[in-house]
Amino acid sequence: MATVHFEALPNELASLQAQIESYAERQGLDFFPTIFELVEADELNAIAAYGGFPTRYPHWRFGMEYEQLSKGYHYGLQKIYELVINNNPCYAYLMKSNSLVDQKLVMCHVYGHCDFFKNNAYFSQTSRKMMDEMANHGNRIRRHMDRQGVEEVETFIDACLSIEDLIDIHSTFIKRYDPVDKYNFDQTDESDPPPVPKFQSKGYMDSFINPPEILAAEANRLRDQRAEQSKRFPVEPTRDVMLFLLEHAPLKPWQLDVLSILRDEAYYFAPQAQTKIMNEGWASYWHSSMMTRMGLIDEEVIHYCDHHSGTLASSPDRLNPYKLGIELFRDIEERWNSGRFGKEYDECEDFDERQNWNRDTGLGRQKIFEVRRIHNDLTFIDEFLTLDFCRQYKLFSFGYNPSSNAYEIESREFPKIKQQLLFNLTNVGRPLIAVREGNYKNRGELFLEHQFNGVELKISWARDTLVNLYRLWTRPVHIETVLEGTSTILSYDGSEHKLEKSGDRKS
Amino acid sequence: MFVKIGRDQSRFKQIVRGKVRENLRKYVTHGEMIGRKGRDLVSIPLPQLDVPHFRYGKNGSGGVGQGDGEEGKPIGQGDQEGGSGQAGADPGAHVIEVEVTLDELAAILGDELALPRIEPKGKSNLDQTRPRYTSVRRSGPESLRHFKRTYIQALRRQISSNLYLPHEPRIVPIRDDKRYRSWTDILEPQANAVVIYLMDVSGSMTDDQKEIVRTAAFWLDTWLKSQYEGVETRYIIHDAAAKEVDEETFYHTRESGGTRISSAYKVCANLLANQFPSSEWNIYCFQFSDGDNWGEDNEKSLQLLRETLLPQCNLFCYGQVESPYGSGEFLRSLSAAFGEAADNLVLSEIENKEAIYDMLKQFLGKGK
Repeated sequence: MATVHFEALPNELASLQAQIESYAERQGLDFFPTIFELVEADELNAIAAYGGFPTRYPHWRFGMEYEQLSKGYHYGLQKIYELVINNNPCYAYLMKSNSLVDQKLVMCHVYGHCDFFKNNAYFSQTSRKMMDEMANHGNRIRRHMDRQGVEEVETFIDACLSIEDLIDIHSTFIKRYDPVDKYNFDQTDESDPPPVPKFQSKGYMDSFINPPEILAAEANRLRDQRAEQSKRFPVEPTRDVMLFLLEHAPLKPWQLDVLSILRDEAYYFAPQAQTKIMNEGWASYWHSSMMTRMGLIDEEVIHYCDHHSGTLASSPDRLNPYKLGIELFRDIEERWNSGRFGKEYDECEDFDERQNWNRDTGLGRQKIFEVRRIHNDLTFIDEFLTLDFCRQYKLFSFGYNPSSNAYEIESREFPKIKQQLLFNLTNVGRPLIAVREGNYKNRGELFLEHQFNGVELKISWARDTLVNLYRLWTRPVHIETVLEGTSTILSYDGSEHKLEKSGDRKS
Repeated sequence: MFVKIGRDQSRFKQIVRGKVRENLRKYVTHGEMIGRKGRDLVSIPLPQLDVPHFRYGKNGSGGVGQGDGEEGKPIGQGDQEGGSGQAGADPGAHVIEVEVTLDELAAILGDELALPRIEPKGKSNLDQTRPRYTSVRRSGPESLRHFKRTYIQALRRQISSNLYLPHEPRIVPIRDDKRYRSWTDILEPQANAVVIYLMDVSGSMTDDQKEIVRTAAFWLDTWLKSQYEGVETRYIIHDAAAKEVDEETFYHTRESGGTRISSAYKVCANLLANQFPSSEWNIYCFQFSDGDNWGEDNEKSLQLLRETLLPQCNLFCYGQVESPYGSGEFLRSLSAAFGEAADNLVLSEIENKEAIYDMLKQFLGKGK
């Protein structure tokens, strides 16, 4: 049913694409085949509202998104220039009403993104057939809606969306625990004493280096620990709350299907949130480099500059990821071209010498390609945001001041700025939450823990989220967090909220 | 290409409208949340249409920015409500404003409060003729000349008389070409209403109470405007003496004198007699006071009300705002004097903002 038919690109744009593509290849970009679609503004807004997938499942929040985008567009407040989908082939949309120089710019920009999708490590585990998968997801959810009723399914989706960010974004790379095989009955015998680790020693020293009473105590501790662990469920706190619910919540088959679809999509979109700065920076770096070296003709220069600077404009209360990204990539290229890295440079304390440092290493290009392959925003900032960069671009950190009800500049000190930025990027700026107990109080209640790092949860939302979580788990749900310095458990039992302070102060 | 966004959009709108309906009580009492836009659009900010997530609270809403400025320089305003912190670093938490036309708002209000539609009084004898410009004539005043038709006519004439040169298209209308707009008179039932607000501005009315009056007046206006074609609004303030004022003054005047309600009634009666004869107007009076009145004035007030005002008004509503200073006497005098006898007099006690909802129901529930 919901197949998507695209018209072929007009000749002018098709030849432009061929030209840009071959230039991009010569620059060393490596991308999936890329298909450009020319769409009307309203269509583009609709597709953007669906996160780029025209065949996505029906849900009111896409309607809301569209409402905002189309209002913004029609009031002349905002305009989407570029929309590109991580897929093989890559799909990218061009707005029909854009001028030719804009289309050029968008094409160049898109090749940057495509290269990034294909090569960045964090995208390596995403599905490259997402266009098809999303269409399937759409069909499956529509079928459930036909059978169960729109209201029923939509309400369930709303509940699932509440926990859509409770996934373990690194779990596609790190194996956290061995899958438990339900049918493997000859697992290690519980009564087997666990082996006790010993320090290596010569025979005559053994009783001194590994005193028998210590060994006995250690053996006891290990036994207790194992006993403790076997009682625990899950064995280790698990951050993939969605998976935990899929495996253990008492859900109907259609509900499981919906939840698994939402989880798949959450994992698909996660790397985009994790690499926003790099991805946009990389694409901007390339559109700028390609446009100025090959794409522009004289009469287009002003228009291009206007558009380019509009994209990179930053306001004091929001760091523009395009700007930060492109400048960092340029900074890296510059530093590796002139050899401003490594032990010798880092240890040089002479200001003049550092300023005029040039070893003609010429490794810039190579370095930025390497960076785009192995980093995400968090590691990118951690590794490459330098004091000099902060000064040059006048970065500052800001925070909320309750007494004046305003956001104020807090600091211009490099470590604080960096720390603030890293905090905003950790776990995509979301609190870390894990399932600690799936059988809390031995009553089948769900117990989550907020791995507190100094910032409190927004309580009103936490409560509403618990309500939605209760809908999925169907038994009382709890979350342990810290409020006003006190460890606190928020609970919801299906009818009322409870807030219990445990009393121990935490700093 | 075929994208089914329409379904999701209307679904969203349904939910929003549903939300408006469900939470109307809240919006009614938060008049300040409703920004009036242009002539007939109001915007209703709808916070938290987002699905709730576990998120950081306000103390985690800091971020990194770029630009000049000393430490401590404010760069953005926190929001008023406190609950939904909009963070510079968190694009997820936005507030949506949904625009609803005043007509829609009135319809929602009517549904929610189960208000009967107003039946204008004296419909049959309040007819009025209205010109409608529907046709074209060959004669008329220059100010009604139909420019396009005139030139089309001139072009036709020139072509048929072979005066038109395609390479030099110059069209000059002569007298015979001119066409004029013309009207026919249509008889329409007139349904005009005048709304008169009377307010006590003596020292005992505080700003809080004025805010209540203001919110109440917004909703009363909205409803009445949905029911009548033309609605005039007049404002009268009084302490010991009364005068007619404009809207701005009405809400911002504060006097310190005593209170003589009869003075306001007198001004109101004069206004009706001079400008709004009850044979031609549907008259609505809304009086807000804290219920304090000079003892000897009560008798005079009641008399004016009974003999002059009530016979002319569709509805006379008295809303008594609870005040830390007022005695609230007047409401009791009114109900003692009229009781159930006068069916176009409505009394209501407004304790706080929450009570505006019930007040609207009482005032407008009669369908008059």
